[in-house]
Amino acid sequence: MPYLGSEDVVKELKKALCNPHIQADRLRYRNVIQRVIRYMTQGLDMSGVFMEMVKASATVDIVQKKLVYLYMCTYAPLKPDLALLAINTLCKDCSDPNPMVRGLALRSMCSLRMPGVQEYIQQPILNGLRDKASYVRRVAVLGCAKMHNLHGDSEVDGALVNELYSLLRDQDPIVVVNCLRSLEEILKQEGGVVINKPIAHHLLNRMSKLDQWGQAEVLNFLLRYQPRSEEELFDILNLLDSFLKSSSPGVVMGATKFFLILAKKFPHVQTDVLVRVKGPLLAACSSESRELCFVALCHVRQILHSLPGHFSSHYKKFFCSYSEPHYIKLQKVEVLCELVNDENVQQVLEELRGYCTDVSADFAQAAIFAIGGIARTYTDQCVQILTELLGLRQEHITTVVVQTFRDLVWLCPQCTEAVCQALPGCEENIQDSEGKQALIWLLGVHGERIPNAPYVLEDFVENVKSETFPAVKMELLTALLRLFLSRPAECQDMLGRLLYYCIEEEKDMAVRDRGLFYYRLLLVGIDEVKRILCSPKSDPTLGLLEDPAERPVNSWASDFNTLVPVYGKAHWATISKCQGAERCGPELPKTSSFAASGPLIPEDNKEREQELPDSGALMLVPNRQLTAEYFEKTWLSLKVAHQQVLPWRGEFHPDTLQMALQVVNIQTIAMSRAGTRPWKAYLSAQDDTGCLFLIELLLEPENSEMQISVKQNEARTETLNSFISVLETVIGTIEQIKS
Amino acid sequence: MISQFFILSSKGDPLIYKDFRGDSGGRDVAELFYRKLTGLPGDESPVVMHHDGRHFIHIRHSGLYLVVTTSENVSPFSLLELLSRLATLLGDYCGSLGEGTISRNVALVYELLDEVLTTSTEMLRNFIQTEAVVSKPFSLFDLSSVGLVSRGKEEEMRIGLTEEFCVGKSELRGYGPGIRVDEVSFHSSVNLDEFESHRILRLQPPQGELTVMRYQLSDDLPSPLPFRLFPSVQWDRGSGRLQVYLKLRCDLPSKSQALNVRLHLPLPRGVVSLSQELSSPEQKAELVEGALRWDLPRVQGGSQLSGLFQMDVPGPPGPPSHGLSTSAPPLGLGPASLSFELPRHTCSGLQVRFLRLAFRPCGNANPHKWVRHLSHSDAYVIRI
Repeated sequence: MPYLGSEDVVKELKKALCNPHIQADRLRYRNVIQRVIRYMTQGLDMSGVFMEMVKASATVDIVQKKLVYLYMCTYAPLKPDLALLAINTLCKDCSDPNPMVRGLALRSMCSLRMPGVQEYIQQPILNGLRDKASYVRRVAVLGCAKMHNLHGDSEVDGALVNELYSLLRDQDPIVVVNCLRSLEEILKQEGGVVINKPIAHHLLNRMSKLDQWGQAEVLNFLLRYQPRSEEELFDILNLLDSFLKSSSPGVVMGATKFFLILAKKFPHVQTDVLVRVKGPLLAACSSESRELCFVALCHVRQILHSLPGHFSSHYKKFFCSYSEPHYIKLQKVEVLCELVNDENVQQVLEELRGYCTDVSADFAQAAIFAIGGIARTYTDQCVQILTELLGLRQEHITTVVVQTFRDLVWLCPQCTEAVCQALPGCEENIQDSEGKQALIWLLGVHGERIPNAPYVLEDFVENVKSETFPAVKMELLTALLRLFLSRPAECQDMLGRLLYYCIEEEKDMAVRDRGLFYYRLLLVGIDEVKRILCSPKSDPTLGLLEDPAERPVNSWASDFNTLVPVYGKAHWATISKCQGAERCGPELPKTSSFAASGPLIPEDNKEREQELPDSGALMLVPNRQLTAEYFEKTWLSLKVAHQQVLPWRGEFHPDTLQMALQVVNIQTIAMSRAGTRPWKAYLSAQDDTGCLFLIELLLEPENSEMQISVKQNEARTETLNSFISVLETVIGTIEQIKS
Repeated sequence: MISQFFILSSKGDPLIYKDFRGDSGGRDVAELFYRKLTGLPGDESPVVMHHDGRHFIHIRHSGLYLVVTTSENVSPFSLLELLSRLATLLGDYCGSLGEGTISRNVALVYELLDEVLTTSTEMLRNFIQTEAVVSKPFSLFDLSSVGLVSRGKEEEMRIGLTEEFCVGKSELRGYGPGIRVDEVSFHSSVNLDEFESHRILRLQPPQGELTVMRYQLSDDLPSPLPFRLFPSVQWDRGSGRLQVYLKLRCDLPSKSQALNVRLHLPLPRGVVSLSQELSSPEQKAELVEGALRWDLPRVQGGSQLSGLFQMDVPGPPGPPSHGLSTSAPPLGLGPASLSFELPRHTCSGLQVRFLRLAFRPCGNANPHKWVRHLSHSDAYVIRI
C-alpha cells in the first residue's frame, strides 16, 4: 500500500464508508471498518470519520457492531455531540432479544467516557442488573463502577450499593466476583467492599465454583475478614486447604498469603504452609516464563529472610543457566548466597566460582560479592577462592576482590593474614576509584604485615598529580600517615612529599584541608597522632548489625504476593513515598485514620478499618510536637494552601477544642487565652508520609465566624482535602456540643 | 485493577491498545513503557517497572511485549498468569502469536480482550464472533452454533498414565522401583477420581492447547543422564593458542537417539579463528557471537562423538604470573550447555498408556489422536 498521510487516509476511508456499494456488501463494509480500527490502534487520528462510523452501527452484523462500538469508545471524548447520536442505537440494542447484543451495547455505553452520558446509562444498567442472562448481569455489574466514576464526585448511591451487595448471592460466579470488584471501586473512599461474616462464608462456599482469577481475587478480599473464634479460623483454613494445591500459581500464592495472615498467631501453621508452598514456588522458579520465574525468586528470597534453611536442599534449582537474562541470574546468586549451609557450601561455592569468570563483568562482580558475603561464615574456603581469582589478573575481577577483602578483614579479623599474603601484585590490575581506595586502606591499616606496602604506596604518591579521584587522594593521606606510625623509616620522606603536594598544589579543597589537618596534627606530636589515628582494625560485631537476625514471618506476610518483594523493600519505600499512597498490612503502627467521609461502614468492620487503612485515607501521626520556633519559621516560609470560613455562634472554650484536636493528632502550638478578642490559635499535624500541616485559627466573635488558614509543606491536594475535612469535623462537633 | 493493556512489537510500535479505566495518561503510556524498558540499567529487572504512580508489568512472548499497567499493589503472580494466558489464547485463536498475526487480527484481539475480563476463558469461544485471519487453516474454528450453550457431560477425555507412577518420596506402587516424582499439579479441568486407583486422568478439556499435568523431580533420576561430556583444554598463554577437545558420549539405550543436539560453549573474549576436526561429516561447528556452536543433528544411543577445536585468543601476552599455572583455562571459557530433543523418552520414565475420547466433536470430523513422548532439554550445563 502506498504511504499516505493521515489526512489522505481519512479522506479515502470516509469515501469508502459512504459508498453505497460497499455498504451493501457486508464483507467489504466490515473490511473498511477493520482498517479504520487498525489505523486507530497505530495512533493515527481517525476521529474524522466519526459520523460515518456512527451510521455503521445500525446493523445486524454483530462483528461490525463490535468494531464500531470499539471505535466510538475511543473517540467519544473528542466528539461528544456526535456520540450522542449513537446513544439511540445503543439504547435500542440494550433491549435486543439476543443477550450478547444487550451485553455488548451496555458495555460500550458504559465505556463512552463523555460528559452527560450518565443520564442515558443509568436505566439500562439497572435493567441489566436484573437481566435473565448472566452475561448481561456481568456487564451491568461492572457498569455500576464505571457509572460511579463518571459521576466524578464521591457521592455514593446507597440503593445501588445495596443492590450490588444482594447480587453477591447471584448464581453466576462471575457476577459474584464482578460485584466485589465493582463495590470495591464504588466504596473506595469508605475503605472498599465490606466482608462481614455472612458474606465471607458465602464466598468461601462459592470458591470452588469460581475460575482461577476469581479465586485469586476472592482470596484477597477475604483477607479483610477476621474470624471471631479460633474454631472458625481453623474451619476456614480447612475449607481453603485445597487451594494451596491449585495448578495456578496466582491461586496458590493467594492462598498462602491468606494462611500466613490468618494464622499470624500460630507460627507452626505458618511454617507448615511455607513448607507446602515450596513445591509450587520451585516449579515457578523453573517456569518457562522468565517473568514468572523472576517473581518467584523474589518471593523465595522473602521466605529465606525468615527461614534461612528453607530451600537449602534445593540449591541446585538456583544454579544459573547461560541463556537466562541478567536480572534472573543476579536474583539467583542472591538466593544461593542466602541458602548456603554446611552441606551445600562446597557445591555452591564451586558454582559461584564459575560465574566469577563470566564474560559479563557485572555478573562476574555480583558473584564475587556473593562469595564475599558467604565468607563471613565460611571464611577460609572463600578467601582461598578469592585469592585464586586475583591470579587471573583481570581488572574488573581484581578491583572487586580487593573491595571484598577490605570489608572482610573488618568483619572477620581471622582472615587478615591470608588477605595480606594475597595483596602483593594487585596494584597492577586496579584502575578504578573504589578498588584503589580499598587497596590503599588495606595497605595503611595492615601495612605492618605486608612487606612491600610502603613501596606500593610510594607509587601512588609518585603519581598523585595524575590521580583523578579526590577520594583516592584522601584515602592515600590517611593510609600513609597510619603506615608512618608503624614503619616510620620507610614512610617519612614520602609522607613529607605527599603533604607538601596536598597543601601547596592540590586544587580540591577537601583534600587540601585533610592534608593541612594531618600536618597540624603531626606538629602537635606523634603521641597525639597515635591517639587519634590508631583505632581498632576490625569490628566483628558489625557483621551482626549488617545481617539482622531472622525476621519473623509476620513482618512480611502482608507483602507476600504483592509487588513489594518484586521491587525490593527499599525500592518500594521510595515508590510509595512519592506516591503517598499504597499502604497495606496489619503491621503498621496503630494510628488513627480518617476516611474522608464516614458512613456506610457497618460497625463490625471498625477493626479492619484500622488495620488496613485505605490508600486514599489520611493518617496523622501522634506526638509530632513541633517547637514554636520551628513552627514560626516554617509558617513564614510557606504560602497559604487553603483558606476557609466556618460559622461560629455563642460561647467558646479553647480547652475543649484543644482536647478534641489532640484526639485526632492535631497538636496545638500556641493559642490565646479564653475570651481574648480576636482569639487565635496555631496548630500543627503531620501525616505518615511526612507531609506537614500548619494551621491558623482566627475567631472574631463580632463576625461570628472561624477563619481557618492551612499551610502545607508539600503541595498535595488530596491529603490537604482530607485533612481539611477532618478539621471541619472536629470544629463542627465542638460547635454542636456547645450550642 | 488493570488500567491499561497493550501489545507492542519488538521495536516498540503499539499493535493493540486498550484502556480499561480511562484514568491514565492515554497512549503515551505505551511509548513511555518502551522508553523505560530500553533505558533500564542491566542489573535492574524489567518485569515490573514503576513510573509516576503507575506499575508496568509485562511479559515477552514471541518477540512481542504484552503489558498491563495498574496503580494498585496487585498480585504479580496473577497478573503474569493472566498475561501468559492471554498470550496462549491469542496464539490459539490466531494460529500463532506474532506481529503479523496480531495486526491482521486486530478486531479479533480487541474482541477477545473485551470478553476475557468478564468471561471465563472456557466459555470464551461462545462469545467470540470475529473469525481469525490465519495463514494456515486452523481446525478449531468450526463454530457452527453460537449461543449461551453449556458443555455437555459426555465431552470427556481419559488419559491413562503408567500405573507405577508414584508421587512423593514415600508412596509405593507395584513391586518395582516405580516411577517417582517429587511434585505434581494438574490443570483445574482434570478430574482425579480414578487417579488414586488406576492412574487415570479424566478431563473435559477447554479448546486450545492445554498443560494437563506438571511434575518435577530432582536429584535421583531413574535413568542415567542422556549425555556426558569429557572436555580437555590446552591453553598456551604465550602464543594465545587455545585447543579444546570435546568428547560427547550419549548414554541413552542403543535403540534411542537424540535429535537436534547443539552444544554451546562460551569462549574467551576476542577469539578469532577456528579450525576444527569433527568425528562425522553431518556435524557442523562455527563461531557465533563469541561462542562455539557445535551442531549434531542426530546422536545414536551408546555412541561417542568428538570434536577438536583450535582457536587463537588475542590479547596482551601477559608474563606467566604468580600462582597461576599456564595450563589453567583462560577467562571466559565455559561452561558448556547442551540443548537437544529426545523422542520417545521421558526422564522420569512416565508414559501415557492410553488416550480415549468419550465424545464426538461437533461436525463429523473424526478425532485425530496423536501421543508423542518427547524430552526437551532446558538447561543442561556442564562445567569445563
